[in-house]
Amino acid sequence: MTVKDATAIVGIGRTPYFRRGQSLPLTKVEMACQAIIAACDDAGLSVKDIDGFAYYSGGFDSAWIAQVLGIPEVKFTASLTGGGGGASAAVGLASAGITSGDASVVVSLMTLQQTPDARLGAAFATKGKSAYSAPSTPQMDFVLPSGLFSPGQMMSQLARRHMHLYGTRREAFAEIAISQRDNAIKRSTARFQDPITLEDYFGARMISDPLCLFDYTQENDGAVAVITTSADRAKDLRKPPAYIMAATHGGAGRWGSAYQLMQMPDEYFASSGHREVAKRMYEAAGVTAADVDVALLYDHFSPMVLMQLEDYGFCGIGEGGDFIEAGNIRYGTGSIPVNTHGGNLSEAYVIGMTHVYEAVEQIRGEAVNQVENCQIALSTGGPASIPTSGLLLRR
Amino acid sequence: MKSALAASGMDEFADLNPDAYTMKFWEAAREHRLVIPECNKCGTFHMPPTGFCHECTSQDLKFTEVPGTGEIYTFTIARHAVIPMLQAVVPYVIAVIAIDGAPGVRMVGNMIDCDMEKLQIGDKVKVVFDDVNEEVTIPRFTLA
Repeated sequence: MTVKDATAIVGIGRTPYFRRGQSLPLTKVEMACQAIIAACDDAGLSVKDIDGFAYYSGGFDSAWIAQVLGIPEVKFTASLTGGGGGASAAVGLASAGITSGDASVVVSLMTLQQTPDARLGAAFATKGKSAYSAPSTPQMDFVLPSGLFSPGQMMSQLARRHMHLYGTRREAFAEIAISQRDNAIKRSTARFQDPITLEDYFGARMISDPLCLFDYTQENDGAVAVITTSADRAKDLRKPPAYIMAATHGGAGRWGSAYQLMQMPDEYFASSGHREVAKRMYEAAGVTAADVDVALLYDHFSPMVLMQLEDYGFCGIGEGGDFIEAGNIRYGTGSIPVNTHGGNLSEAYVIGMTHVYEAVEQIRGEAVNQVENCQIALSTGGPASIPTSGLLLRR
Repeated sequence: MKSALAASGMDEFADLNPDAYTMKFWEAAREHRLVIPECNKCGTFHMPPTGFCHECTSQDLKFTEVPGTGEIYTFTIARHAVIPMLQAVVPYVIAVIAIDGAPGVRMVGNMIDCDMEKLQIGDKVKVVFDDVNEEVTIPRFTLA
């Protein structure tokens, strides 16, 4: 668990966001280093000040980055296990490396380059040249022979169950896609700038029924880095610190491999898997959902925004559909503005790091769709297999 | 018998990588029997097969034959071929089936030989053993 307010995010940096494969001939490490340098510039730090790396989703090669950037000494290098669910807690890992006394300036980052043989949409396919595909395992033998290959097909199962249990309508998923597109339109950095109407949504092709094109995140390339340091050091840097109130990760043990194996207990099958993480996060921070001013919710698939609104306590379990359809997630008018950057659906998908980036901008007061008097921002990673993660930043 | 779904190209994905725990499931499937691991100590079922009961951590486990019926817990219709090899296979149904006789246990499987546009959560199903090649049999499901 992070120590409340002991650390802060002080720098954020990124590359441009590219259509999938279009970042070539940049290499992944080049994109990573460009994002790191940009984050250092933002903070008013030198890359030579960096002494730690804290990752998620398999991490990155610190040895190579340190060599390429000439970092004097690496004192902490670690990664969370699991996949994109760890996005928001990579910052918590950075914080742990700092409060333990190991390191003082720690980078967290993600780089994504979806070349034709590395498309996440075929992440679990055992054939067809997807670089993300691992050979099957004894466990995945119970999934892959049925052609359950993509995260979207997996999330569709949870979405349909939610619709069955609670009467959730596709109109709610549409409102997520439409409201986030409206947010993206105002940002020059967003990859999608055309408005979506309800008619567009219902006319879009089905990918994995009940999810259509607009329920899916986009495929793109890009890198985002953030820099965490101690609260003491943060005070003297270029930008106002975004203090880390709490960063938690994990999940109920029997959430486990979740939507890959589909054995989650009935009571939380149709959920985002975030309930335990959310509870610990609020307890550690000493706040509740009512105190959160903006929610940057990991949105690889629109129904997972809905289920996170429930699991983070913005509405009751099963009430997400009505809550969203009533306009509650709209920037400017809703009770809890969601994904003011446009999210993965419409701004860019860098496996959760764009949400941390936006949370920092909101806390600093420099967001394009700035929430008035934003004191506390929530950023999340996942829904995914364990871990999922949640992060609360404050001014 | 080999299903039309398998013949359309799904059989390409039936390579198995069994371990000591899952092998018995696949051996039984080859004999057209559906078996699920059950704890001898506390009676809890689990899937996929592992070396432990997740309820009581006992390693005293057995494979119990179940009737092969169940109901649709949830499902999706895959309409987009996520890799080109699937272009002749789509659309296909990937369902999650609650298995009768093994409380709490579900299986992921294709719904075959049915009108996929009319499927509903709660529909009663039965297993179909799909002999995709000379070695492997994959359990799929059809309406009961």
